[in-house]
Amino acid sequence: MIGLGFDKFLSRFVKHKAAVLCLFFVLAVIAGGIFAPWLAPNDPNKIELKLKLLGPGGQFPLGTDHLGRCILSRLLYGTRISLGSAFLVMSFSLTIGTAVGIFSAYRGGRIDNLLMRLCDIFLSFPSLVLVLVIIGVLGSGMVNVIIGMILVQWLWYVRIIRSLVLSIKERTFVSAAKVAGTSDMKIIFRHILPNVLPQLIVLSTLDLGSLILHFSGYSFLGFGVQPPTPEWGAMIEEGRRFIRSAPELMFYPGMLITLIVISFNLIGDALRDVLDESVT
Amino acid sequence: MSEPLVQIKNLKKYFTVETDLLGRPTSVLKAVDDVTFDIYNGETFGLVGESGCGKTTIGKMLVNLYRPTSGTIIFNGQDLTALNDTKRREYCRDIQLIFQDPYASLNPRMTIGDIIAEPIRINKLLPSNKVEARVNYLLNCVGLANHHRNRYPHEFSGGQRQRVGIARALAVQPKLIVCDEPVSALDVSIQAQVLNLLSDLKDEFGLTYLFIAHGLNVVKHISDRVGVMYLGKLMEIATKDELYENPLNPYTQALFSAIPTTDVTRKKERIILKGDVPSPIDPGKGCRFFSRCFKAFEGCGETFPELKDVGGGHRVACRLYDGI
Repeated sequence: MIGLGFDKFLSRFVKHKAAVLCLFFVLAVIAGGIFAPWLAPNDPNKIELKLKLLGPGGQFPLGTDHLGRCILSRLLYGTRISLGSAFLVMSFSLTIGTAVGIFSAYRGGRIDNLLMRLCDIFLSFPSLVLVLVIIGVLGSGMVNVIIGMILVQWLWYVRIIRSLVLSIKERTFVSAAKVAGTSDMKIIFRHILPNVLPQLIVLSTLDLGSLILHFSGYSFLGFGVQPPTPEWGAMIEEGRRFIRSAPELMFYPGMLITLIVISFNLIGDALRDVLDESVT
Repeated sequence: MSEPLVQIKNLKKYFTVETDLLGRPTSVLKAVDDVTFDIYNGETFGLVGESGCGKTTIGKMLVNLYRPTSGTIIFNGQDLTALNDTKRREYCRDIQLIFQDPYASLNPRMTIGDIIAEPIRINKLLPSNKVEARVNYLLNCVGLANHHRNRYPHEFSGGQRQRVGIARALAVQPKLIVCDEPVSALDVSIQAQVLNLLSDLKDEFGLTYLFIAHGLNVVKHISDRVGVMYLGKLMEIATKDELYENPLNPYTQALFSAIPTTDVTRKKERIILKGDVPSPIDPGKGCRFFSRCFKAFEGCGETFPELKDVGGGHRVACRLYDGI
């Protein structure tokens, strides 16, 4: 589909050692989230005020927060929401963006013009402001933040995908397919989509990091996840008040977000190298 | 050379360059302007002219990539311009195109085998278990080996890619192949190979070619009859030998005098044209070559001369031959 076999892809990808390391880290974190009920040593929401702000060790490997909840357990359960929401936003906005972007570029003409002006209007606001407006209308809460982020994010993909498709549809192999009698649908799925797919993979990997950051940001501001649900951004917010006495409350989730974002960036960079190489 | 396979009559293609606020065209580019000629079964018809003269546009109209502004294309007795989209797509399958740039005409994400098999599968020409054998056969026809099937275009040289493009065009068993400058992107040594391949395939598959090129030597090598175009108009048509021996239109004369020769004893007089090619936007109603013609006389700028038969199928559009 993308112009090189899986074994070739793998042999090229492993040359990027830092990216391989990051991939393992990301996979480990994802596994931690999926298997949280088995891995977590304690109930993440169990408040035990007698045990608040304990240091690492014993029953609590990373210690406890200001309400005596196990930090490690909260981080593990928090992965589900932080990463899950980012994947959710990404898959929805990418699917909608790809469909609309390809349609717009392939059809061209007035519909294309109309869609692009619509994008211009929305993209002229900073995305943070736009999401806050949507949350203002829908009310705060995790689901509404996710909906708001999807509504803003897909517009960016429409733009990018449209420009990719515009350059590809002028290539003569698309004309060749038309001359052979290929229908428009088949041209899109066989000739255009496989040629934008590598860029999409790279783009979405790079963007996952920033989506995680954004989602945590909304939680930090208090719009997203409501307490006591564990989420990395919300954990930072809760720990903020104890930054002098117990900085580790902010340190653990902050560090995790940083590492995940760096990892996605490095993986994205490596993928770009690997996939670009395949056609040159 | 018996029946005309293609009859092109008064074919026009205008592109709108600018529109006013209401979308009405204010500036029109006449890429192909009232062109009429026939291509006979089994011949190679060469179409020459400088860049932008409309020769590729004619090719694209034949394969249904462009819709003519007006005029008719009668292919195999059927007027293609009178058909609806679905029907036309069906008929146009018998006309295939070989592209100029072999680097852009193959999908970089598909294997050679898939590229050649696609037209067969799309048109359901063969049951799926026979497609592979057919692809192998086509690969062998164009001088490639079976094992090339699983490779990607970037693993091939320009000449090899052009062979793949030829195999793809042959896959639907067309009657007419439009060769749109098929060798101009290739090295000279490879050009000869591809041209010979095209000649061989023509005999083997009983093809007819419309060979579009600006290399005059290439056209002379491969064509039976040649048409000369200038700024969207057909200036002269004749058999190859007649045209190269006895060019009548001043534009053809100037064009052919520019062919480089290796014969040092033969002093050829080069006709140097003055000025640039005028813009095809709003070229005026007279002869298109009027502004640069070295034989122009009064009246040339008023009406465009019709193509006139001067004997033996040699037709020329020039007022010099009005008296004949």
